[in-house]
Amino acid sequence: MNFELTEERQMLQDGLRRYLRENVTPEALNEATDSEAGHIPALWDGLTEMGVIGALFTEDDGGFGGAGFDLSVVFEEMGRAGAFEPLLETGVLAGGLIADIGSDAQKAVIEEIVGGKILSFAHTEPGARYDLEHVTTEAKKSDAGWTLSGRKSVVGHAGIAEAFVVSARTSGAAADEDGISLFLVPASADGVDIRDYAMNGGGRAGEVTLTDVSIPADAILGEEGQAYPALEKAAARATAALSSEAVGLMETIRALTVDYLQGRKQFGQPIGKFQALQHRMADVLIEIEQARSAAINLAGHLDAGRVERERHVSATKNLIGRAGRLVAEEAIQMHGGIGMTQEYALGHLAKRLTMIDHRFGDTDYHLERFIRLSAA
Amino acid sequence: MDLTYTDEQKAFRDEVRAFLDEKLPKRLSDKVAGGKHLVKEDYEEWHAILNEKGWLGVTWPEEFGGTGWDAVQRHIFEEETTRASAPRIVPFGVNMLGPVLMKFGSKEQQDHYLPRILSGDDWWCQGYSEPGAGSDLASVKTSAERDGDHYIVNGQKTWTTLGQYANKIFCLVRTSKEGKPQEGISFLLIDMDTPGVEVRPIVLIDGEAEVNEVWFENVKVPVENLVGEENKGWTYAKYLLTHERTNIAGVGFANAALQNLKRIAGLEKSGGKALIENPFFAAKMAQVEIDLMAMATTNLRTIAAAAAGNAPGAESSMLKIKGTVIRQEINALTRQAVGPFAMPFVSEALDEGANVEPVGPDYALPATQSYFNNRKLSIYGGSNEVQRQIISKAILEL
Repeated sequence: MNFELTEERQMLQDGLRRYLRENVTPEALNEATDSEAGHIPALWDGLTEMGVIGALFTEDDGGFGGAGFDLSVVFEEMGRAGAFEPLLETGVLAGGLIADIGSDAQKAVIEEIVGGKILSFAHTEPGARYDLEHVTTEAKKSDAGWTLSGRKSVVGHAGIAEAFVVSARTSGAAADEDGISLFLVPASADGVDIRDYAMNGGGRAGEVTLTDVSIPADAILGEEGQAYPALEKAAARATAALSSEAVGLMETIRALTVDYLQGRKQFGQPIGKFQALQHRMADVLIEIEQARSAAINLAGHLDAGRVERERHVSATKNLIGRAGRLVAEEAIQMHGGIGMTQEYALGHLAKRLTMIDHRFGDTDYHLERFIRLSAA
Repeated sequence: MDLTYTDEQKAFRDEVRAFLDEKLPKRLSDKVAGGKHLVKEDYEEWHAILNEKGWLGVTWPEEFGGTGWDAVQRHIFEEETTRASAPRIVPFGVNMLGPVLMKFGSKEQQDHYLPRILSGDDWWCQGYSEPGAGSDLASVKTSAERDGDHYIVNGQKTWTTLGQYANKIFCLVRTSKEGKPQEGISFLLIDMDTPGVEVRPIVLIDGEAEVNEVWFENVKVPVENLVGEENKGWTYAKYLLTHERTNIAGVGFANAALQNLKRIAGLEKSGGKALIENPFFAAKMAQVEIDLMAMATTNLRTIAAAAAGNAPGAESSMLKIKGTVIRQEINALTRQAVGPFAMPFVSEALDEGANVEPVGPDYALPATQSYFNNRKLSIYGGSNEVQRQIISKAILEL
């Protein structure tokens, strides 16, 4: 039993924290949200140079990490900074899926990903909500290979992705786990249409419409119709990453709020002297520690058997959702009016934290799922 | 990062399990698991079994006859004994007074009292709280006035747990009214057989007399019963409280209570189905289980830090709050689970050998009793509000 980071991860954490502190400001984040790129390209280049993307892949796949706790370290720091680079889409989802089930030839792209190539994961559909198996986008065999048609929603950083990993149904009905396949689709392919927009909490995403998109036969990842277990695993890793990002966001929110409680004076004294606020802040702190423990639990169980892993996915995401809402809402409340402004740093962080509950299943979704998995 | 035990720790766990398999009497574990009343002899029997193995002084260093275990081993021991439904170790002598005497007691006091704690010759109780000194412990008024070779003690202590079984009591007494309230407190050991000591039971809302008032009227206490220096008792009291807070999260108790809840929810029927399948009830149960999973890790993080030599500070306040909230929630769900049979109160059914049939399922009354009894968790050992004050000052620096 040991809760210390390894020396390598400690170095990664220290370096990344320092780099992000020096290069990410609230103004830069606000500016990036309004920009066409939807992130900070210079920051992406810097992260690439530091090898941060490589930390998300195993050595066998061309990286130097790839374990649950590597994801934790990286994403906690990204959260701490409030950054919204396409790290999850590229490194964990699209890249993670290619690493998991791609052929050796397909895995060649990982080297480019580690070098900064941006990919995204086009999976969620308008009626799917959080059901991972809900896929109606169709893939039909053609002379040239495959023809894809369908609509994908809220695809992270869609506007800047050079390629997508797209889920599509090669057999079965909308909600079947069986019959889902994954394809590598260049963003430039004919029939790929992207409606690009800004996101609450920073970054951009897009609605991706595929109209008779023709791709070669070797664009399929893994076995036809058998992608679901890989999807579930990628979602588990993404949930671990998002949970750690949430913990990082909570830590910064906590620091801002404690500073504010110490510095803001009303009725002739710092508002942090009022017991009503002290007790609320103490509860916030306890829930942040719970969130950190939950994130550790999930990162430590990503390689466990399916049911045990997924129980931890749902337990952790449920707790992160509850703690995230509490931390965000309490921080805004304790700040008062200033917490409502766009200019002040808290707003962005609180929104980003709130939005994490909308990714890969919210609090209630995962509570229900935890019950189902526990009964299994 | 590694969430699993080392091979050495696993071997230790197996050793504890093997010991419990062999030595924990089924009579005792049945009583604990069934929520039956434990009496003095039950605790004494279990203490003696542990002492024979050298495992009673769980938190003690080897030089005083303790185990010398580190924080992780203590955690494993606690986890396994709770899982096996062993009686708890009565903490007042072993976990509270013992460490204080080792740190601040005289050689004579150590040589005399420590072996008697382990052997069971002495049963200690705690004389801290008073009617006017609860959360504000430093305002104790029980006075000890020096008269030659003796102190003359007058006053009243309260909430004295299992004081009815004790032959000794350690007390915070006022020896000076000068300066700040904390500065005039001394730590005194008192023989309960001394004339002028009177114990009166307090019946709590669960119908049991687990706690007492202890009255002192001109009680003569030899000066050699003073621990450490006069007027320095607050320092010792605080030291004791940090020991009281070890295992404060109560993860083992919470796990046992959750298993019990799941068992009951599987047996109880609602709308023709097991209660555990009722989505509303299942959601509440799952919620608290998820909280417990995270809290268990928070607890391990604190333990790992302690094993690495970092004294637990205000982290224990966080564990106290979260741990008690979780246990109380499990207790509340268990009370809810037993339905109408939460109401009949046939306390004798919980006495060993009383031959009184319980009303409804045998788990119903213990469920209700635990719920009422454990309302104490967020009150004692520094109420959860006091813990929030500690967090606010020590961690948040507000």
